[in-house]
Amino acid sequence: MQVSTLTRRAAGGVAAFATAAAMFAAAPAVAEEEQYFPVPSSRVGPFSAMGTGYYGGIIDFMNYTNIKHGGVNGVKLVWAECETEYNAARTVECYQRLLTGPNGQKMLVFDTLGTPGAYAVINRMAEEETVLAQYGYGRTDAADGTVWPWVFNAASHYWSQIGMKMQFMADQEGGVENMRGKKIVHLHIDSAYGREPLPAMRQISEDWGIELVEISIPPPGLEQQSQWLQIRRERPDWVTFWGAGSGMNSTGMTNAARMGFPRERLVYVTFGGAEEDMVPAGDAAAGTFVVANAVPGRDFPLIADMYKTLYEDSDEGNMTNPDRVGQVYYNRGVGAAVMWIEALKNAQEMSGKVGKAVTGAEFRDGYEALDMTPAKLEEIGISGMVAPFKLSCSKHDGAGKFRMMQWNGEKFDLVTDWMGPPDPTFIRGLVESSAAKFASENGVTAKECS
Amino acid sequence: MYYTQAGRHFTSYSSDSRLIPFAEDRILLAAIFAFGLFVLPFTASDYWLSGILIPWLCLSLVALGQNILMGYAGQLSLGSAGFMAAGAFACYNFELRLEWMPFPVSLLLSGLVAAAIGVLFGLPSLRVRGLYLAVATLASQFFIVWVIDKFGWFKNYDSSGIITAQDIVILGYEFTTPAEMYVVVLIIVALLTWLAMNMAKGSIGRNWMAVRDMDVAAEAMGLSLLRTKLQAFAISSFYCGVGGALFAFTFLQSVEPVAFDILLSFRILFMVIIGGLGTIIGAYLGSGFILLLPIFLNIFFHAVVGDAIDATIISAFEQVIFGVMMILFMIYQPLGMARILENTLERLRAWPFRR
Repeated sequence: MQVSTLTRRAAGGVAAFATAAAMFAAAPAVAEEEQYFPVPSSRVGPFSAMGTGYYGGIIDFMNYTNIKHGGVNGVKLVWAECETEYNAARTVECYQRLLTGPNGQKMLVFDTLGTPGAYAVINRMAEEETVLAQYGYGRTDAADGTVWPWVFNAASHYWSQIGMKMQFMADQEGGVENMRGKKIVHLHIDSAYGREPLPAMRQISEDWGIELVEISIPPPGLEQQSQWLQIRRERPDWVTFWGAGSGMNSTGMTNAARMGFPRERLVYVTFGGAEEDMVPAGDAAAGTFVVANAVPGRDFPLIADMYKTLYEDSDEGNMTNPDRVGQVYYNRGVGAAVMWIEALKNAQEMSGKVGKAVTGAEFRDGYEALDMTPAKLEEIGISGMVAPFKLSCSKHDGAGKFRMMQWNGEKFDLVTDWMGPPDPTFIRGLVESSAAKFASENGVTAKECS
Repeated sequence: MYYTQAGRHFTSYSSDSRLIPFAEDRILLAAIFAFGLFVLPFTASDYWLSGILIPWLCLSLVALGQNILMGYAGQLSLGSAGFMAAGAFACYNFELRLEWMPFPVSLLLSGLVAAAIGVLFGLPSLRVRGLYLAVATLASQFFIVWVIDKFGWFKNYDSSGIITAQDIVILGYEFTTPAEMYVVVLIIVALLTWLAMNMAKGSIGRNWMAVRDMDVAAEAMGLSLLRTKLQAFAISSFYCGVGGALFAFTFLQSVEPVAFDILLSFRILFMVIIGGLGTIIGAYLGSGFILLLPIFLNIFFHAVVGDAIDATIISAFEQVIFGVMMILFMIYQPLGMARILENTLERLRAWPFRR
């Protein structure tokens, strides 16, 4: 063999090895004070609209905080991204990969934006001292902070949401007494996420004398013909649609239109109705109700200023399509990121580390101390975008309130103010008994909350 | 370079029929195993152990099971993720309901449960073959997941349907850290691989291959098709079941039916095809390729390109590259990565003297 060939082949190997080594090179030392956040985004596949909007909002808010305020009390925010494809196995891999950031810091908070992913990592939180921030999704009974000290549900959970929906229907029918004898179809994707509201829904239906029909759609949910034929036979008064992914959600509305089911009787879940789900359905979408835990709109002072800072004055924005700024998923991401940053501020103050990086345990305490008063929301510039709430040692869910929106064919109209489930103490009781069941099965000792 | 096969002759039957005939190969394999067992748990980071190595070993075991059925016995099956789910849920229920049961026994029993279901769904293989059999076995995929979903008992009536896997306890010792769980996985996978190598080389494997190559001829030579095919289904499902249980208990640490969907079955199928049909090493190479390449692409692009390109485009681009590489593989090396490895070793043996 000629020498040149040998060297050429050797060079190829060396280059490949060097690239690999560079990829896993040791992290550089932290020069200025930084705080690292993980971004486990899902930018491809059926959930890409959700992932790009939500994590785009989060990244934009962190970027905005750095540009506008020079970070949090001088601590610069840094982040690393990892693609999960909305897949539980990839989410676990991303969790492990993002656990330590490029600057060598450990992550403080993880947000999977997906119930399967949340369940896959939920048991690692206490051990790794990381907060799992479920923004309106995930494990509902984690709202009981005594059993789940490291998990939060700051934008309320699915049980409050289904309660709120039923209260909304009762209001439309002219009172709870008129609900007796009515029929509701819960049309859901056949997964843990689709079934999550059922315990609360069954109980309320029984109490109110409603006939509840559960119809499931196998994932990915693009084929719903037979389910809608069944709905036509059942002739329900209301349909609650619990879908996931733009394809499934818009198919639901076009099928409803084909069957002649009035869209004014169709109520979508928070993760089922965004602009990306409504627009593809065209005229069929008009009239559909969607629940919001973060109201869309670019008029909120914070969103308006973010748009100006990141998209008009500079080119730092994360969204490929700037028109999506202020839409449902974007504002939801901003809402989530605001809580991270407010929790970070709390943590810095509470641990006497203002202007310094904090640890996971300190961040957890800061998150638990979140008190989003109306005045505070006004100050941040998101008054009316999210509901005011306060967390505590045992209460890890937020306001438990939502607003109902209606798609008018072009944009969402808000049709109600913030409203909650008919009986919040009942929902809380469900949360606590479910958490207690988990604790006893898994030998978890509940934390004492004074 | 390393050694040469030329001029070496076996002088006894026992040395000729050894599992790994050359001492050098045995030393190499033992060294790799020792490295995995004694060096990696202490040196590799938690990310490497629990993010890369554990899922890779678990899925390699499942791919090995699929390879037994598809590569050795020639029965095209599409239900491997269903059998994984059966194994995972069986293991969960054994651990839940029979608390005194040691984890290795639960694992063994869950493999047997999966094997029993595998035999049941293997019955159509006696009538249909090829692509039609793949469609028939597809039923197992949907049926198993549906049953688990439908009947709350399997999930201990958990409202969400996603249950937490119990801790692995062997002889009173809890294996909870990534390194400890990795050791458990490695030992079980190595043991089952050794078993599979023996079966493949022995009469069982030769029966499978006879059925694969021409089942009529095999039957004419006195092989029972019923026995051989169902045996392949049972053993393959056993591997899938154990792999699924390990995947759920050591990697996901939660057990949910949706994790074992049809897409996972397809990925396992691709692992076997890319890795090399009818080879043991192919299962490891293939699962490494299918599982790890997207992850490395993701890391690579974020490290190299960083913020220069929009992250959405990067994510889409990774999938494009992955797809292109699969197509190129199928065009240039349809026999899989195992053949590439074989060719490379062949060349290395002759290294400085042949180009």
